Amino acid sequence: MAQVRLYTPLKVADLEKLHIGDSVLLCGVIYTGRDAAHKRLVDLLENNQELPIDVTGQVMYYVGPAPAKPGMAIGSAGPTTSYRMDPYAPLLLEKGLKAMIGKGPRGAAVRDAIKKYQAVYLAATGGAAALIANSIKKAEIVAYEDLGAEAIRKLQVEDFPCIVANDIHGNDLYEQGIARYAEE
Amino acid sequence: MREVQASRITSAVKELCMRANYILPEDMKAAIAAYRNKEVSESGKSIFTQIVENMEIAERDHVPICQDTGVAVFFVELGQDVHVVGGGYEDAFNEGVRQGYREGYLRKSMVTDPVLDRKNTQDNTPAEIYTRVVPGDKIKITFVPKGGGSENMSEIRMMKPADGMAGVKDFVVERVRKSGGNPCNPIVVGVGIGGTFEMCAMLAKKAILRPVDVRHPDPRYKAVEQELLTRINKLGLGPMGMGGRVTAMAVNIEIHPCHIASMPVAVNIQCHANRRAKAEI
Repeated sequence: MAQVRLYTPLKVADLEKLHIGDSVLLCGVIYTGRDAAHKRLVDLLENNQELPIDVTGQVMYYVGPAPAKPGMAIGSAGPTTSYRMDPYAPLLLEKGLKAMIGKGPRGAAVRDAIKKYQAVYLAATGGAAALIANSIKKAEIVAYEDLGAEAIRKLQVEDFPCIVANDIHGNDLYEQGIARYAEE
Repeated sequence: MREVQASRITSAVKELCMRANYILPEDMKAAIAAYRNKEVSESGKSIFTQIVENMEIAERDHVPICQDTGVAVFFVELGQDVHVVGGGYEDAFNEGVRQGYREGYLRKSMVTDPVLDRKNTQDNTPAEIYTRVVPGDKIKITFVPKGGGSENMSEIRMMKPADGMAGVKDFVVERVRKSGGNPCNPIVVGVGIGGTFEMCAMLAKKAILRPVDVRHPDPRYKAVEQELLTRINKLGLGPMGMGGRVTAMAVNIEIHPCHIASMPVAVNIQCHANRRAKAEI
């Protein structure tokens, strides 16, 4: 399993080199969004309206961070469970989103969209929220401030740790990893 | 009759909210350390390393272990000789949650209406407070901040008595299998068997309050706990469900008498950030 440092915005050429199980250290700008923000984004797309952020080549991190303590960029910020964003993800991938970070497996429609639109799904460690927060150097709300923890934030990250769970080649670490170790 | 000021409950609750979210109980630290050595998959080993490092950062810097600082759930043993004065009993808990979540920089995760409005209440109230009146003049509070990701993987089933222990075991194992990588494995599995519908769910929740190194006092249920843990760890889910040998660190069962027609079984899933803290007034 390779260890790769990836810089955003992501290019397909970078993603082609990734395989499931690879450790990725992500650097650059990423955006946050979870249930409520995704619903609003997709409502806009369905009504042919502009999104508040350009998702082309971007990374969406499924997180609702804890409040920042004084002197910190952000509070604890681990991933939330991704399947809840499954109904919304294919539309964003179609618009050019290149990676999603979350935890837990994705549904068939998202896996298909990942392949079709040449994107990746990265898994961060759920519950490693304080550790992950230390890789986030800056955070600012760029949309939906009224949603509080669920607002869309622009994060500047350095060596944000994650694992490739679904690669551009159609592999799924959840499926293959479990099959490898299953005895029951 | 011992008089206790409501403000004492508030300050105890405030402290509990912060402590529980920053520091894992000793039994959980020991379990994570022990199971870390049992994991063989590459992704699993790296996840364990992160879990341990994260736990150390949270405790040292007084920041939440997980950003999901949960629903504030309290189990209280209220001495029957206690008289709470100077404010409402439940108000005192909610005020403690309000203060603890604000001053502790904990995330507020409660919405007003479950379906229609879903507006954040902004202070993580209301708390869920389960009080049992017991002999004595003390107030013993156990606080559990319950995260949404693992809670969502829980299930209750009204089984038939004829399903027997084999049925119970299969239900628990299948519940964990279906949860896959969603609930932040390695998990702790709380199982409630018996009671009525609501009692059964409560038993499963109480089961996760029990330290993971304490087995059921009835040797027959102790054996079931051990067998279920072995079976669950053969599912291959591993840490975060990406493959491995450590899917769960404990299965805790709680039982209760039930109706002649019934055999309800509830499974409450708890993530590896199995947070709980106690206080006594």
